[in-house]
Amino acid sequence: MIRFESVSKRYPDGTVAVDELDFVAPSGQITVLVGPSGCGKTTSLRMINRMIEPTAGRILIDDQDVTKVDAAQLRRGIGYVIQHAGLFPHRTIIDNVASVPYLLGTDKKQARARAMELIERVGLDPRFAKRYPSQLSGGQQQRVGVARALAADPPVMLMDEPFSAVDPVVRDQLQDEFLRLQSDLGKTIVFVTHDIDEAIKLGDQVAVLRVGGHLAQLATPAELLSRPVDEFVAGFVGRDRGYRALTFATVGELAVHDEQTVTMGAPVPSRADLDNWILVVDAANVPQGWLNLAELRPDHTTVTAEMLYRGGTLATQGGSLREALDACLSSPSGRGVVVDSDGTLLGSITAAEVLGLIEKRRPGAAAVTGSGSERR
Amino acid sequence: MTALATSSSSSPLHFWGYFMDHRSTDLSWLWSHTWLSVVPVVIGLLVALPLGWLARRYRFVYPPLISLTGLIYTIPSIALFVLIPPLFGLKSLDPKQVPIALTLYSIALLVRVVADGLASVSEDTVQAATAIGFKPLGRFFRVELPIAVPVITAGLRVALVANVSIVAVSGTIGMSNLGQLFTLGFQNSTTGPYYPPIVLGIVLCVLLALVLDRIVIILNTLLTPWRKAVRS
Repeated sequence: MIRFESVSKRYPDGTVAVDELDFVAPSGQITVLVGPSGCGKTTSLRMINRMIEPTAGRILIDDQDVTKVDAAQLRRGIGYVIQHAGLFPHRTIIDNVASVPYLLGTDKKQARARAMELIERVGLDPRFAKRYPSQLSGGQQQRVGVARALAADPPVMLMDEPFSAVDPVVRDQLQDEFLRLQSDLGKTIVFVTHDIDEAIKLGDQVAVLRVGGHLAQLATPAELLSRPVDEFVAGFVGRDRGYRALTFATVGELAVHDEQTVTMGAPVPSRADLDNWILVVDAANVPQGWLNLAELRPDHTTVTAEMLYRGGTLATQGGSLREALDACLSSPSGRGVVVDSDGTLLGSITAAEVLGLIEKRRPGAAAVTGSGSERR
Repeated sequence: MTALATSSSSSPLHFWGYFMDHRSTDLSWLWSHTWLSVVPVVIGLLVALPLGWLARRYRFVYPPLISLTGLIYTIPSIALFVLIPPLFGLKSLDPKQVPIALTLYSIALLVRVVADGLASVSEDTVQAATAIGFKPLGRFFRVELPIAVPVITAGLRVALVANVSIVAVSGTIGMSNLGQLFTLGFQNSTTGPYYPPIVLGIVLCVLLALVLDRIVIILNTLLTPWRKAVRS
């Protein structure tokens, strides 16, 4: 557990970076500090491992005042990941990862064995171990950064915008893997970002800071979206927060309709049951896209890949209402495709039906079919 | 020496014959020339490391230190050779005055190189090193200095080659090194120009510079295996 007790950072020129900050980052959870630039989120983070010293107040890690511990010793016990990974260009990947164990005097062979384990754990090819950082992509370097932070198995991890410098696709992937890793490891993590979407995706709790280093709100992501305390937080969490809040809303089972399908490579059916749209699946019954019978040319006799509309997203049975609604809105036929956890087709659902479910889970609405449970 | 009889040709191309005739003297001059070129650079680097670190650690030290060292470098070598004995309490024409002057030049050149080399280490890397628990000294020797090696060796190459030519100048004030060959050439150009020792001096100086330069390049390659690594 990390506890901030009226922590302030005031620079000699009078600038206040952090002002009387009080909060607790509970053990085994991800606490995200989020806010616009100049809100003191990075300064707050760096005061935890004494890269910056507070001018007032105390920071306690498991009831131990950090300023009472030797700075280098303290830092060796805290994992640290930064935006551009900050790898050592002159060391191979395996030696980068083993940096902290080396500093702690761990036997070289043992340190490398541990590093190797972590390299694989963060999803890197073991062949990268002997390469140098410059030979890796940004996303791969960031994984090495995470592995390095984990090498000495510290109970606490500090992460300063670790996924901000990679492209959106890789970022999404890194975030998912990070959550998976954290569900295994259960570290106490303080995570800094300026991206509210990232904060909502990753945080068990989110601390929104405003410029000048004041804590505006500390809440779970769902609470933050549904009950922002003031104009600033409301504005910061964004305009489509109602839609995004659906990320945290699930219904037990979506009641799906059977959907007419045609298999890839099969003859094009002459007519469709409902309208002109027919769902195309592969041999394993995994949805591939939609076929519009009204647009076919005479030479289109069998279903081929280039005839498909692939724009629709898929909703997973048991997933969030946001996913379900998005599947409907993005589907060219207006029918959202629902799959099970293996990705095979279960059926379809309409936007009106999803909205019905959303209506029912409003406070004061009639009892919801299934359980309107919150995900976190 | 039975030199003059066999090396009577004054053709510039006759330098090889001249060398063969005066082998032992020329080789001993080459040897001392080599030491005079190398040792001051090594000492200069050892002094420049802490100074360069200082200039990097305390940014306000950088501008005055760079101005001062730049100033030292503008003093003509011949003047510096003459100035050293009174400043260091030596007799004029003490064998130590040349290495002292060359060490000063090397320091002057290398302080900036070391400071710039350390500045070439990315801020992210330095921050990360601090954050994972390196103490300042460990961080300097195990992270910052190894990464600064390519910039520092580039400076070493300049310093070594410059020293080879400055050492030759000290030959003209009587120090025994390859510079003596130029003095000899001038002294023997009584009736007409006498080229062989002059050309030999130039050839040996160039060869020495090339060899020293190559050694530094090899050292650099050995110390920075990570720079060969190309994106694959």
